Amino acid sequence: MTLGSPFDIAGILGALITVAALLIWVERRLLAIWQDRLGPNRVGPLGLFQVVADMLKILSKEDWIPPFADKPVFVLAPVVIMGCMLAAFAVIPIAPDIGIIDFDFDLLYVLAVLALSVYSVVLAGYASNSKYSLIGSLRATAQAISYEVFLAMSALGVVMLAGTFDLRAIVEAQRDGWFVVPQFLGFILFFIGVLAETHRTPFDLPEAENELVAGYHTEYSGMKFGMFFVGEYIGVTLGAALIVTLFFGGWLGPVLPPLAWFTIKTAVFILLFILVRGSLPRPRYDQLMSFGWLVMLPLSFLNLLVTGAVILWR
Amino acid sequence: MTFTTTAGSATTTERPKTGAIVGELRRRFGDDEFTVQSTYDGIPTLWVSKDRFVDCLTYLKRETERPYPMLFDLTAVDERLRQYRDGLPASEFTLVYHLLSFDRNEDIRLKVALADGGLSVPSIASLWPNANWYEREVFDMFGIRFEGHPNLRRILMPPTWKGYPLRKDHPARATEMGRFSLPEQKQEAEQEALRFVPEEWGMQRQKDSSDFLFLNLGPNHPSVHGVFRIALQLDGEEIVDAVPDIGYHHRAAEKMGERQSWHTYIPYTDRVDYLGGSLNNLPYVMALEQMAGIEVPPRAQTIRVMISEFYRINNHLLFYGTFAQDVGQLSPVFYMFVDRERVFEIIEAITGGRMHSSFFRIGGTAMDLPEGWDKKVREFVDYFPKRLAHYDKMVLANSILKRRTQGIGVYDTKEAIDWGATGPGLRATGLAWDYRKARPYSGYENFEFEVPSGKNGDCYDRCQVRVEEMRQSLRIIEQCLNNMPSGPYKAFHPLTTPPPKARTMHDIETLIQHFLNVSWGPVIPAGEGSACVEGTKGLYRYYLTSDGNTTSYRTRVRTASFPHLQMIPLMSRGLMIADLIAILGSIDFVMSDVDR
Repeated sequence: MTLGSPFDIAGILGALITVAALLIWVERRLLAIWQDRLGPNRVGPLGLFQVVADMLKILSKEDWIPPFADKPVFVLAPVVIMGCMLAAFAVIPIAPDIGIIDFDFDLLYVLAVLALSVYSVVLAGYASNSKYSLIGSLRATAQAISYEVFLAMSALGVVMLAGTFDLRAIVEAQRDGWFVVPQFLGFILFFIGVLAETHRTPFDLPEAENELVAGYHTEYSGMKFGMFFVGEYIGVTLGAALIVTLFFGGWLGPVLPPLAWFTIKTAVFILLFILVRGSLPRPRYDQLMSFGWLVMLPLSFLNLLVTGAVILWR
Repeated sequence: MTFTTTAGSATTTERPKTGAIVGELRRRFGDDEFTVQSTYDGIPTLWVSKDRFVDCLTYLKRETERPYPMLFDLTAVDERLRQYRDGLPASEFTLVYHLLSFDRNEDIRLKVALADGGLSVPSIASLWPNANWYEREVFDMFGIRFEGHPNLRRILMPPTWKGYPLRKDHPARATEMGRFSLPEQKQEAEQEALRFVPEEWGMQRQKDSSDFLFLNLGPNHPSVHGVFRIALQLDGEEIVDAVPDIGYHHRAAEKMGERQSWHTYIPYTDRVDYLGGSLNNLPYVMALEQMAGIEVPPRAQTIRVMISEFYRINNHLLFYGTFAQDVGQLSPVFYMFVDRERVFEIIEAITGGRMHSSFFRIGGTAMDLPEGWDKKVREFVDYFPKRLAHYDKMVLANSILKRRTQGIGVYDTKEAIDWGATGPGLRATGLAWDYRKARPYSGYENFEFEVPSGKNGDCYDRCQVRVEEMRQSLRIIEQCLNNMPSGPYKAFHPLTTPPPKARTMHDIETLIQHFLNVSWGPVIPAGEGSACVEGTKGLYRYYLTSDGNTTSYRTRVRTASFPHLQMIPLMSRGLMIADLIAILGSIDFVMSDVDR
């Protein structure tokens, strides 16, 4: 197990939070462009300082906790999501010599920490003591249980091919070819799983604004709401980084330095997430469940079986 | 296309065959039972006694050979101050039951006189389910009690309201009332009145060993399209019962009709269905033209049709986008707002207004078409079909959307008629009945267009019908464009507003008329008239009573959304919250249209 220098750690976490905050602007601008609108373009060049303005606003807001809420848990919930997302990002191998921590069971750790992040939503819904929040967090729990199963299963194909849970080793194992080729089905499944895990459209049922106002964070405002918001975008970044690491050769690539490749690939997937949000409607809760258990799970088993058979046959 | 330029006068818009049903009723119930009243709209209007009217209604709905299956409207009139009512039975409050027959393609109006403080009649809520809300409205507005009504509470006014607003002795403006104050006691009483008690809404708190979850959806909620509240009784996410609560958008549009002059009421009609704009002016001005005996020139009629169809497209586009958004699709609504903007540009170029252009006048339109209007319209006619095809792929063909909306919120044709559903909500069940075809008005008989209909009566079909209607509207607009008649845009008649001025400086008679009409407004001859149009959301009928004055004696606005919302429990029981949102989106209502 190796731990990066304090400088690395601070740098990566700082960059990550900045990127996540910037993503808010990116998403709003991109959606706007795809929807024949302009989006936030007034504050600073291209509207880039919109994020700063929003941050200032959110920070200067009253730190309000509804009187009917369960106070300690209410405060804890947004901390959990931020904490989990940042902790999960710690093992992502950004470049050969850049990363916070590296040990043999990276991937298991990421999946475990991601699973923990569901607690944030559950706690938020429970502590808010509001019906909309409660329904939102119920949905989130059910969704997380169903979708985490095959999220892990779909990543196992890659593990079998690489023969390791170590993310750095998985990247190195892709020198001869990205795993997306032999594991295309695994990639699709994993991509959908990540969408569900980060509660992005079409899996945004826990916060479906047309039905549940704002779902589990209906009662949140100010910085605590901001943490949910940024937490979601760190989740998006994390998801994109995981996909790149597992299926698209991580930092590997010609000419450009490894950091550049990693950044470019991750950015592509982030944009893809945003594009999906701009185009798809939202399925119903029970349809989502049956899709998860009846379609995705069998498919991920099939993927594992075939991968295993091919490895043995070789 | 054959386009005749003969003016279909407003008085011929209703095609009455009064004889048949009146004779039939007389044979069945006896000659003395009925007093026949003649009205400008030619709809058979019969006064019947308080004891027999339920029998008559039952006969008309169930027993007569070609029945009247739809309770189209139910309202009342406070007759106590009315002067011109010779030959009519004595009455203080008159109940008006308006039925519609599809087989006969005609209407009938039954009136029940109430007097001497006996303001109580049997309820017909068991005969027509949609009578439930109509009777509550009459109770709320006039204080007439309906015996046997399952839940006779106020519907539009707050539960603590004192008095009955549409009675003639109730003030219309706040300045006519006492000073408002809110002492602590009153505040507490008001707050207590708002407490949610499931039993009052007809819902149980628990069943067997489990408690139900009551979810208050609205009055402020992203998916209720305005200020509308639904109390949901939930078992998990499954809806056991959904009880709509309306009245948050009530602006007393009908009461305003009794205060404004005939002319100055026109802008109020724009705001009844605020997405329909001038399309709402049409039934109002048509009813007035019918009462005043004004023949509208063909050019004015065609301009009206064209503007109306533009508003229909705009309404349907908004529906389309928000419907997609209600099932979670983020983007279409933005593309459709771009198209709406184009339509608004055309409307603005022609009328000077956008959403509420109040462009129609008694006797015609406010202005003639501006120079170059045809170029803008032509551009749109060329541009729009491509966009619609694009949306078909984006929205209607999307499999997630199909799964969310097909088989959801289903009702069949019989239920639709029973509940008073009209417009796309009726046509989606398979009955291709469009007022523009069935009883053409304002020259619709000269246009070629089809009446799209669905099959299953579910959310998806309701959407599809509206999409197809946009194509048909575009066809109508194209025909207006190619065949716009020349001639005046307003009738030459002393009661038009503002009256034509050309001759005012030549003879004193016209000058006086002009002066009176501009200062007081026209005096519409005493009597009753009404006109109906196929509006954006269904049928709209303005039923006007004139007492020979510059203002209306009673203005009844029958809107489409009011009965539609009443169907929500029927459509959503046993489904999930997400389905309810899709259903709400598919109804296409605006609360101003429900509450008026």
